[in-house]
Amino acid sequence: MLDVRLYMLQRLTALVMAPLVIGHIAVMIYAVQGGLTVDEILARTQGSVAWFLFYGSFVVAVSIHGAIGLRVISFEWFGLKGSALQLFSWAVFALLFGLGAKAVYAVTFAGVGL
Amino acid sequence: MANETQTMTQSMTVSIWRENGDDGRFEKYEVPARENQTVLDVVAYVQQHIDPTLSYRFACRVGMCGSCAMMVNGSPRWTCRTHVSKVVADDQLEVAPLRNLPVIKDLATDMDPFFEKWVAAEAVFHPSKTRHDPMAAITPDDPMRIAASEAIECINCAVCYAACDVVESNPDYFGPAALNRSWSLVNDIRDDGQDVRLAAVGSNGGCHNCHSQQGCVQYCPNELNPTLSIAGLKRETTKALFRRSR
Repeated sequence: MLDVRLYMLQRLTALVMAPLVIGHIAVMIYAVQGGLTVDEILARTQGSVAWFLFYGSFVVAVSIHGAIGLRVISFEWFGLKGSALQLFSWAVFALLFGLGAKAVYAVTFAGVGL
Repeated sequence: MANETQTMTQSMTVSIWRENGDDGRFEKYEVPARENQTVLDVVAYVQQHIDPTLSYRFACRVGMCGSCAMMVNGSPRWTCRTHVSKVVADDQLEVAPLRNLPVIKDLATDMDPFFEKWVAAEAVFHPSKTRHDPMAAITPDDPMRIAASEAIECINCAVCYAACDVVESNPDYFGPAALNRSWSLVNDIRDDGQDVRLAAVGSNGGCHNCHSQQGCVQYCPNELNPTLSIAGLKRETTKALFRRSR
């Protein structure tokens, strides 16, 4: 069910996520100093390629990492296998990626004339 | 004889799993509570003195052959070397067939799936030389020899296989014993099948399904560490993956 490629993909995406999570938490602590407003967040992120890459790579890594993790759980605990398992794994990936990409786009380039 | 009569006066209850093509159930038997007896002694007593139809498997009785493993009070044990006094709880003893394997009858399990997975995990020797070649020179302090030695004393009893929760939830998983044997062969310089072995242990049923819970380590009667062997396989398959993609 979990071969060497999926196993490595999950470890590598964890490797990507680890510094991004720390960066995310650091920015949260920094950003809430003196209150948190939509304007302040958007001022930081809108039109920023750096923040787009930061959260964009996080979303990609989370989608892959989470899909593989839930794939293992659904197989071991709920007996999902074969094409149902494939479909479920891809659906989890698509859902996480879709929601994440939408959010990243919303805070970086939505409303910004490209 | 007097001694025998004296020890017979004290008895204990043993629950033994009985199954013969049906759903199976525990049945209780009164057996002598001897000061010094193994779980296998108790099972043998029931078969020899109470119910000759009881089926179970054993051979050497000294912990070498790996035939007599059963679930004892819920844990997998080699019954010939498990003293009743060490595992009895409230004078109760419960003996059942090994977990994670199909039951043939009573306490005898079908070991075929267990050994089929040894073959699937390429836990078989691929010779690189013929009998006409000189013997390979391997020094005792060779690191690969040391790694192989740490994994080599497996008696194929399937205690680890019964202890493994991943085997329970994933019928495709090769299990600790097969992967442990594969690891000892990865460290065998005489072996010529490393590519097919690493491909096998990196496949769907392979080492990457292990959650490192270490039930195998906990219960292995020979105190082997299959989890460590599996970690070695994870490392080698990863290296092979990057070698292939270069």
